[in-house]
Amino acid sequence: MTIFFTPKQVVAPGDLLAEGDYQAGENVYRDGKRLYASAIGLAELKNKAVSVVSLRGRYMPKQGDLVIGNVIDVSLTSWLVDINAPYNAVLFASEFLSKPINPAKEDIRKHLDVGEMIVAKILAFDRTKDPALTAKGRGLGKIKKGIVLEVDVTRIPRIIGRKGSMINMLKKETGCQITIGQNGRIWIRGKTPEDEAIAANAIKKIEREAHISGLTDRVRAYILQMRSKS
Amino acid sequence: MAEKVISTVKRQQIIELAQRGRRLDGRGLEDFRPISIEVGVIDKADGSAIVKMGSTTILTGIKYEIGEPFSDTPNEGVLSVNAEFLPLASPTFEPGPPDENALELARVVDRVIRESGMIDLEKMCLVPGERVWITWVDIYVLDHDGNLMDASALSAVAALLSSTIPNTKVEGREVQVLNTRVKPPITNKPTLVTIAKIDKYLLVDPCLEEESVLDCRLTFGFSQDGSLCAIQKGAPGYFGVDDVHKAFNIAKVKSQELRSKLSSVGL
Amino acid sequence: MRCLMMEKTIKLISEDGRRVDGRRLDEIRPLTLKIGFLKNADGSAYVELGRTKIVAAVFGPRELHPKHLALPDRAILRCRYHMAPFSVDVRKSPAPSRREIELSKVIREALEPALFLELYPRTSIDVFVEVLEADGSTRCASIIAASLALADAGIPMKDLVAAIAVGKVEGRLVLDVMDIEDKYGEADMPFAMMPSKKVVTLLQMDGHFTEEEFKQAFELAVKGCEQVYAKQKQALREYYAPSLAEVSSIKEG
Repeated sequence: MTIFFTPKQVVAPGDLLAEGDYQAGENVYRDGKRLYASAIGLAELKNKAVSVVSLRGRYMPKQGDLVIGNVIDVSLTSWLVDINAPYNAVLFASEFLSKPINPAKEDIRKHLDVGEMIVAKILAFDRTKDPALTAKGRGLGKIKKGIVLEVDVTRIPRIIGRKGSMINMLKKETGCQITIGQNGRIWIRGKTPEDEAIAANAIKKIEREAHISGLTDRVRAYILQMRSKS
Repeated sequence: MAEKVISTVKRQQIIELAQRGRRLDGRGLEDFRPISIEVGVIDKADGSAIVKMGSTTILTGIKYEIGEPFSDTPNEGVLSVNAEFLPLASPTFEPGPPDENALELARVVDRVIRESGMIDLEKMCLVPGERVWITWVDIYVLDHDGNLMDASALSAVAALLSSTIPNTKVEGREVQVLNTRVKPPITNKPTLVTIAKIDKYLLVDPCLEEESVLDCRLTFGFSQDGSLCAIQKGAPGYFGVDDVHKAFNIAKVKSQELRSKLSSVGL
Repeated sequence: MRCLMMEKTIKLISEDGRRVDGRRLDEIRPLTLKIGFLKNADGSAYVELGRTKIVAAVFGPRELHPKHLALPDRAILRCRYHMAPFSVDVRKSPAPSRREIELSKVIREALEPALFLELYPRTSIDVFVEVLEADGSTRCASIIAASLALADAGIPMKDLVAAIAVGKVEGRLVLDVMDIEDKYGEADMPFAMMPSKKVVTLLQMDGHFTEEEFKQAFELAVKGCEQVYAKQKQALREYYAPSLAEVSSIKEG
């Protein structure tokens, strides 16, 4: 049983990571007795699983995920929603409206139209059908004000931080409400557009410098500097 | 070109910022994004230039070829401007022949080059009625972040200004292409400036997101001496009469800025 | 520098085994690799192999339109190889030529074996390659760029695909064929492989080889690909974490 990498080493597709009785974790595949990386990222070994924490990825929908979507099409009883994934998601009228409506009499566009954005949860997803969403529930629904930012999906854990340390610091220092979608989209609403811009720039900074240590303090210092300017 | 649906929240945000004289990236309403011009990037081309306006990236290649003139202008060289919106540049660009947007852009850039008299087409004639220089201007959009027209014009003009053409010896009806190269008969540095209207605000150099929510745009082509050589209104909205004059005044000042940018790289 | 006249009396290989640009027979041209510079594309890469200049961009996996082209159990890979009108000596029309259509196909077939298409049913992965300047081996440079762009897009791969061409010029085998060697040589063999899997994904030949020449050319191509592969890996590591790459190379060396 051999390991061919050092902890947190940057690996690329095709790099030989291990040989022997290990489990193939995320972004790792097995070929006979050998385990190889299938993506660019940081290799790590946890218990007996070898995995690669990807530095660049596409969002793959998962049941239960909170996502922020953009309505791109509408039919009689449902909306088609772009959730920044290889698949578009479907939101049925019954999963958004509090009362059932008669599609023959009422146009659901009155309630949610193409171009509007929503916070939703993924109800179900398997690769044979498009993911299904629900926008009913606490914290879910139409986005009416504020700004929505898009970041690389692999940075989301860093933006949240361990036990929410980073996101809580952001909310406190910028005075903004921040909702993080697992699909790489973040909704910010602050008291002024300037506050929202500071929060957005702070998040972009985290996205760029995610792998460098001491990030939380640097970002806090950055926000304070920006706030004193405006 | 498949349309990418833009969110209504974004439009609101852009208008709110414009009220305070600011834009998404912190610019003022009349500011250009950072502009860079690099010439001589493709050795096989007779002239080439890569222009970046923010993330919008345009590569133009110039090729000079000897061919036949058009029958209605037998003593003039031929100018052909073509634009390709490469699928590389945006998820909304599909492979295939140029669509109406690419064609419009090519024709407007052609207009500003031709009507400013930038290339002395009569001097590009070798044997009247039979042999002339054809100037191929191929505009290649590599990355789309808005304002393709201004960036393309700047790229085409920079490529032409920095291009060289083979020297020729013409004896009667025989044209001999020599081994030396000279500067083509080019004078004038025309520029295009596009003004976008969003709600009641006029913006210079719209980025992709601003373009997706604009009501209307007005593009002005200026000769070096400040005279107009092209105008193109685009998008289905409208400009009020006062706005047209306001836009013209802004564009005139901005065209000078673009010309200085060309001078700053020795063109 | 542009050569206006080409005559067959020009010697492509000198007395002391040097080629027209001064290279030894088994030497690859200077190779420059840049990653992730396009804003819109999901992944992008730029390759300069000598004077050949290629841009590659990847979009996807994304939903496929029209839907009837999609496969229920896997993604489809689409590839477009296209040359800029100003990339060659005589200006070329932008409309796709028969050669560009053939090359689009062989490049796609060279990249497909590296991808886990079953991970993304009903989608397409689109690869666009533009030749900005052509000085030989454009399909190989395209594959080098496309592999990097696919990795940059975060699309899982079994391995990177490396590519290089071997030619025969004045009876001698040369590695990394430039345009003049392709035009006046006796054989041209573009070649691509996944080096860590030791599998060949592109193999074409145009011209004449004896069996012995072919075997030697094959060996030369494999060695060439290994050099290209090392540079591709280094470029990815450096782009993604320059500081981390320094640390890990210290540990290895």
